[in-house]
Amino acid sequence: MEHDNNNDPLVIGGSVLQSRLFVGTGKYGSDAVIPEVCRASGSQVITVALRRVDMRAATGNVMQHIPKHMRLLPNTSGARDAEEAVRIARLARAAGCGNWIKIEVISDSRYLLPDGYQTARATEILAKEGFVVLPYMNPDLYVARDLENAGAAAVMPLGAPIGTNRGLRTKEMIGILIEEIGVPIVVDAGIGRPSEACEAMEMGADACLVNTAIATAGDPVAMAMAFGAAVRAGRQAFLAKAGPVLCGGADASSPLTGFLGEA
Amino acid sequence: MSFLRVVQGYEGADIPGAAQAVTEADVRRALEKPVLGPDEYLTLLSPAAAGLLEAMAQRANALSVQHFGRTIQLFTPLYLSNHCTNQCVYCGFNARNDIARTMLDEEGILREGEAIAASGLKQLLLLTGDAPRRASAEYIGQAARTLRDFFPSLGVEVFAMREEEYAHLLRCGVDSLTLFQETYNRSLYAALHPAGPKRDYTFRLDAPERGCRAGMRLVNVGALLGLDDWRRDAFFTGMHARYLQKKYPQTDVAVSLPRMRPHAGAFQPASLVGDRELVQILLALRIFLPRCGITISTREPAVLRDHLIPLGVTRMSAGVSTAVGGHAGETESVGQFEISDPRSVEEVCDAIRRRGYQPVFKDWEPLDGVCAVAV
Repeated sequence: MEHDNNNDPLVIGGSVLQSRLFVGTGKYGSDAVIPEVCRASGSQVITVALRRVDMRAATGNVMQHIPKHMRLLPNTSGARDAEEAVRIARLARAAGCGNWIKIEVISDSRYLLPDGYQTARATEILAKEGFVVLPYMNPDLYVARDLENAGAAAVMPLGAPIGTNRGLRTKEMIGILIEEIGVPIVVDAGIGRPSEACEAMEMGADACLVNTAIATAGDPVAMAMAFGAAVRAGRQAFLAKAGPVLCGGADASSPLTGFLGEA
Repeated sequence: MSFLRVVQGYEGADIPGAAQAVTEADVRRALEKPVLGPDEYLTLLSPAAAGLLEAMAQRANALSVQHFGRTIQLFTPLYLSNHCTNQCVYCGFNARNDIARTMLDEEGILREGEAIAASGLKQLLLLTGDAPRRASAEYIGQAARTLRDFFPSLGVEVFAMREEEYAHLLRCGVDSLTLFQETYNRSLYAALHPAGPKRDYTFRLDAPERGCRAGMRLVNVGALLGLDDWRRDAFFTGMHARYLQKKYPQTDVAVSLPRMRPHAGAFQPASLVGDRELVQILLALRIFLPRCGITISTREPAVLRDHLIPLGVTRMSAGVSTAVGGHAGETESVGQFEISDPRSVEEVCDAIRRRGYQPVFKDWEPLDGVCAVAV
C-alpha cells in the first residue's frame, strides 16, 4: 500500500508541510522556469537569496516568479558574520518575506563552508525575535546542539560542500544528527542526484533542500520532478522500516546456540 | 608578507620559457587534477595547452555552471573625473595628453546616476584619473553617498589608496574595489609609468590587499593584457587572486581580463593578445580558481563577448561610456579608451538570454539599516 503523505506531515515552526523537498532560486538560466520547478517537484518551500532581491524593482525580480502557495525561506547569503546575518534577516522580514529565515554565515569565499559559531550567535538573536530559524551548518553534533538550544526550528547540515553535487559525503555525521537532535534535519547542499536525496530520506532525514542539482541539470523541470519522487520514495522507505542487512556470513541454518533451546 | 614576496620569489624565473617546455601530456595531466597548483596553472597557459582549448572549455564551463550557475552580473562604469597627474604611456588620461579635463559636480553626478538607473542597472563602478588632490577620497566618497539611492552596489576603480581611505569609502557605501596592476613586470612597470604617484609599483601592488583589510566585500585585480608577455602577466594575475583568496577568505576575489584598446595617444602594445590567447587565459584562470569572479568589459567586441559567456565569465559591463558625463550625453570629454561593444543594456541582456544565461542586476546592498529597503 502506498504511503499517504497527508498522514505524515513535516512540522517546522508550527507550519505543516506535506512536501519534504525544499527547492532554491539560484543559478537558473532564467527565473521564468521557477514556477515549473515548483510544480514539478511538489515542493512547498523555496529559498531565495535576499542579496539578489530588488524590492524596488517592479519587474525583473525573482520574487515575481515564485508561486503564491510557496513558503518563502529567505536566506542570508553574503553574510560574513552574525551581525550581517541578523541585519539581512530583519531586512527580509521588513520587506514582507515572512518570518522564516535560513541562516547562512560564510566567511570563506573559496570553499563556502558555514561558520558554526557565528551561525549559532545569529540563530539565538533571531529566534528570540520570533523568527523561524533554519541554520545551514556543518554536520557537527556540538554545533547542532548549540543551534537547537539557541532556538533553531530545524537544522540544515550539508551533505557535501555547497554547489558541488558530490552527494552525501557526510552521511555518517548526518546519521548522528538524526539520532541525537530533536528538531527536524533538513539535508542541505551537496546533493547531486535524486538517489542521494532518497538515501538521505531513507536514513531518516526529515527533508532535503536541493538547488544546484536541479538548476544546473539539462532539464531542470524534469529533474525537479525526479527529486520530488525520490524524496517521497526515501521517506516511504524510512517509514516502512527496511529489513536488516546482514554484515558478513550467512544466516546460519544450524545456529551455534541452538542447543540452549533443546535443554 | 605581501604579494610582493610572491613576485620576488619568481625573480629570475623564465616563465615564458617554462611555458614553452610544457608538453601536451603535461596539459592532460593538469586537466585531470581536481585542484591545480601554480605549476599546473602555468601549464594551462602554455603553447601546448593552446591545442587543447576545447577540453579546457568543457571543464571551465562545468566549473562555472557549478559555482555560479547560468548567470552573468551586469554593471557599468561612471567616470567622475579625467584629471590625472600620471604619465602612463598607454592611457588616454595621461597628464601630457592634450584633452579637455573635467570633473563632475554633485548635479552632474546625479544626472549621470539618473541616466544609468533608467537603464535598469544596479551595480556601478566609479572611476577617476589619478589626481587625489582634485578627485580625492572625500570627493569619491561623497559621490558614492549621492549615488547610493540609485544603486545598491557601488565599486571604485580609482588611484591606489591607503587603508583608511578605503575604510572611508566603505562607510560611504562602496563595497567593491577594482585595481589593475597593469603589468607585474617591475622594470617594464617603471618604463610605462615615467612620472606621477602611480610610479610606486609596491604601493599599487599592495593596494588590493589594503582593500581586503579595510573590509571590501569584493576585490578585483588584473593586468592590462598586452603590456608585457601575456603569459607572465596572466600567470601573476592568477597568483595575485589566489594569494588574496587564501589570505582574505572573507573577501570575494575577482579578476578582469582587459586587453589594450586604442586611446588618445600613440602607444602600441608590445605583446598582441589574440582572441585565442584571451580565451586560453580565461579558461586557465577558471580551472585554476573555480570560485573566482571573472569580468569581461566592453573593451571586447560584442560577438566575442557573447561567445565567452559560457566559458567562465561572471561579470560583464554594459551600456558603457568611458567619458566623464557620457551617460547623460552632456560631455565633450574624450573617453579613456574606445569601447568595442556599444550595445545598450537591453541588447546585452538579450544576448545573454539567447545563450541560456540570466542577466543579474543586483547581487548586494549595504546593510546599514532596515530603512534602506522600501517596503
